[in-house]
Amino acid sequence: MLVALMMVLVVVGSIVFHFLSPWWFPPLASNWGYIDDTTVLTFAITGAVFAAVVLFMAYCLYRFRHKEGNKATYEPENRRLEVWLISLTTGGVIAMLAPGLFVWAQFISVPDDAMEVEVIGQQWLWNYRLPGEDGRLGAADNRFVTFDNPLGISPHDPAGQDDLVVIGSDLYLPVDRPIRFALRSVDVLHNFYVPEFRAKMDMIPGSSTYFWATPTKVGTYEILCAELCGVGHSYMRGIVHVVTQEEYDDWLVLQRTFAEF
Amino acid sequence: MANIPHDATNTAPPAELGEMELYHPKSWWTKYVFSQDAKIIAIQYAVTALAIGFVALVLSWLIRLQLGFPNTFTFIDAERYYQFITMHGMIMVVYLLTALFLGGFGNYLIPLMVGARDMVFPYANMLSYWIYLLAVLVLVASFFVPGGPTGAGWTLYPPQAITSGTPGDEGGIILMLVSLILFIIGFTMGGLNYTVTVLQARTRGMTLMRMPLTVWGIFVATIMALLAFPALFVAAVMMLFDKLLGTSFFMPTLVEFGEQLSYGGGSPILFQHLFWFFGHPEVYIVALPAFGIVSDLISTHARRNIFGYRMMVWAIVIIGALSFVVWAHHMYVSGMHPYFGFWFATTTLIIAVPTAIKVYNWVLTLWRADIHFTTPMLFALGFIVTFVNGGLSGLFLGNVVVDVPLSDTMFVVAHFHMVMGIAPILVIYGAIYHWYPKVTGRMLSEALGKFHFWVTFVGAYLIFFPMHYVGLMGAPRRYFETSDIMVLPDSAITLNAFMSIAAFVVGFAQMVFIFNVVWSLKNGKEAGGNPWRATTLEWQTPKTPPEHGNWGKELPIVYRWAYDYSVPGAPEDFVPQNQPAAATQGAPS
Repeated sequence: MLVALMMVLVVVGSIVFHFLSPWWFPPLASNWGYIDDTTVLTFAITGAVFAAVVLFMAYCLYRFRHKEGNKATYEPENRRLEVWLISLTTGGVIAMLAPGLFVWAQFISVPDDAMEVEVIGQQWLWNYRLPGEDGRLGAADNRFVTFDNPLGISPHDPAGQDDLVVIGSDLYLPVDRPIRFALRSVDVLHNFYVPEFRAKMDMIPGSSTYFWATPTKVGTYEILCAELCGVGHSYMRGIVHVVTQEEYDDWLVLQRTFAEF
Repeated sequence: MANIPHDATNTAPPAELGEMELYHPKSWWTKYVFSQDAKIIAIQYAVTALAIGFVALVLSWLIRLQLGFPNTFTFIDAERYYQFITMHGMIMVVYLLTALFLGGFGNYLIPLMVGARDMVFPYANMLSYWIYLLAVLVLVASFFVPGGPTGAGWTLYPPQAITSGTPGDEGGIILMLVSLILFIIGFTMGGLNYTVTVLQARTRGMTLMRMPLTVWGIFVATIMALLAFPALFVAAVMMLFDKLLGTSFFMPTLVEFGEQLSYGGGSPILFQHLFWFFGHPEVYIVALPAFGIVSDLISTHARRNIFGYRMMVWAIVIIGALSFVVWAHHMYVSGMHPYFGFWFATTTLIIAVPTAIKVYNWVLTLWRADIHFTTPMLFALGFIVTFVNGGLSGLFLGNVVVDVPLSDTMFVVAHFHMVMGIAPILVIYGAIYHWYPKVTGRMLSEALGKFHFWVTFVGAYLIFFPMHYVGLMGAPRRYFETSDIMVLPDSAITLNAFMSIAAFVVGFAQMVFIFNVVWSLKNGKEAGGNPWRATTLEWQTPKTPPEHGNWGKELPIVYRWAYDYSVPGAPEDFVPQNQPAAATQGAPS
């Protein structure tokens, strides 16, 4: 009795907690509403399965608890039932996986008009590089990192001379423009994560990784490092300001190029 | 119709091979310390695993002190915090769960359940334990070297695992890798034993499809471990070379606090692939024995045959096979090629199907059963709830695009604690309450056991269910300091404090369990040979606890599957596996 009741309480408690607690995703500030939708769909399907399985179990525990003279039914298999359950489960899995893969295809296809922003992680701070007047970033490699060239921009590549270099200070992004975040690291793994953008990706020394997002809401957001990067990991925070195009242009002209650095 | 597992027979195939000769101990030392008896080795494994597990429990309290009450306990600084989470994780996954399920339950139950006198290679089996003990001691030693144990996270991702920004980068990481290498050497000796014993030493009539699911779970998990651990072995050796000899298997050109290191050309992602090629099967190396054991607990205490036995066996085999092609779902945001996401999300969600079948069959075993709410049964039921919960949250993380916001957050921590922390540990407890009478001849206290269950089950749920939502809000995992994260409201700090208090209460309940185990050794009720009225062979031994060689003069002969509970027409509600069909009237045709 008690056991069955507790199982019901677990289900009811979990559902009440889900709907009544104030704890949820922070308000979305990028184009990745699809990710939120897929998450909500997954909550709905898995929540229903959890409730159904545990409540059915609770019913069995109550109905078939041991009483003097009871005897269990001997039934080794039931093909029909098993085939039904497999089919239903497969259906549920497809209902979650199909939209998931559909959204993933979008997540990895960067729009052609995306603006490039390079993020370079180092223990334990965030640096950025933006294309200069030539519209592209010069080559870079950790071999070139020195005190005067903390981002390892190649001194031999003319395209790198006009790149704008932002060391350890806030990043500004224009609202409503797709941005391709190119990610690098000079030392260990890091991960560029802005909870309100929903997207994140690891940064690997020796390779360049990427993700893309379109910031859709003007505001100030915190950048968190989401890949353990040593003892200062939880202090590796940054700030990104999503601003109007005019404000962005004002910020841009204040930045120094690599040649001036 | 002998090919249908649940049909009993009254004949068994003749013995084609003579029995193997066992080593007979000549002194107290060879009988109880350097023992070749699988049952003694099992107890040695279990006691060692539980002892080091206790260290992991204490570490979890220290972690929760910092998370629940940040900056209150000043002796926990960031360096120590990372050492605590690393050692907690590694101990729980490898040195407790793997060692206890395979080395502990595997050693004790395989020979008894398949009707063998011992493991096939008793000497290698003994070595397996002593090398495991050495691995544990090396691990413990890392707490005492300068710089302390490694704080690289249990995943030990390079480059940071061996560079100077990470705690324990001098001695700690070296001892960690050496300990893992030793563990794998020791495990391989035991693992070969478990596999060969199941294949080769089953008694007459014990066909593979008559084996209890406990043996199936441990058997498949062992094969997986034999195939998966070498990947970790390779990774550990290579990282040791990178650290000690300056090779660059995993190390690209990099700069350490302004200084160019001499590394170059290695791949950090390669380590991740090797690690998770081991690491994902590892999840099922822990889960499959739990699946098997819980099936037997439910069937025995619900007095009903396990529902869909053949499907259960195939599900174990299919899950085991599929778990080798899903590893990179741990790496969706690692920067690997994005197309991998399609493949690994698909394989991962396919695993949900055989896993769901297992859950349905456990629950359907309860349908029209005769359920006895014994302590082992309570733990089995608790397992179903936490496993279903943790399995379903896995569908979030397995579905690549849903994983993107959740990866590396507390949601992941909540998920894997629910599914491969709490769920298998509940099974371990259920199994200890279930088999303790066979191991010691005495029952554990049911009253203390029920107290232990309720506090552990409800408490653990209260810790880990809300934790999902902390991750959903955006709190990354492995953060020494979460209270000042901008997206987290103040109420999240209160929630963290609540989870910490629940963790301390759950921890206290484990002391009650330890007391119960020690106290019942002398004061428990006499158990008799078969207190749960179970069908499987270990309950039919001539002596309890079983002697060296398990079975008196004659090996048992098996005539039926392991699940003849409440057979119509049988005089009692269970028929042991070694009872011929003729002895029961009206056995099903």
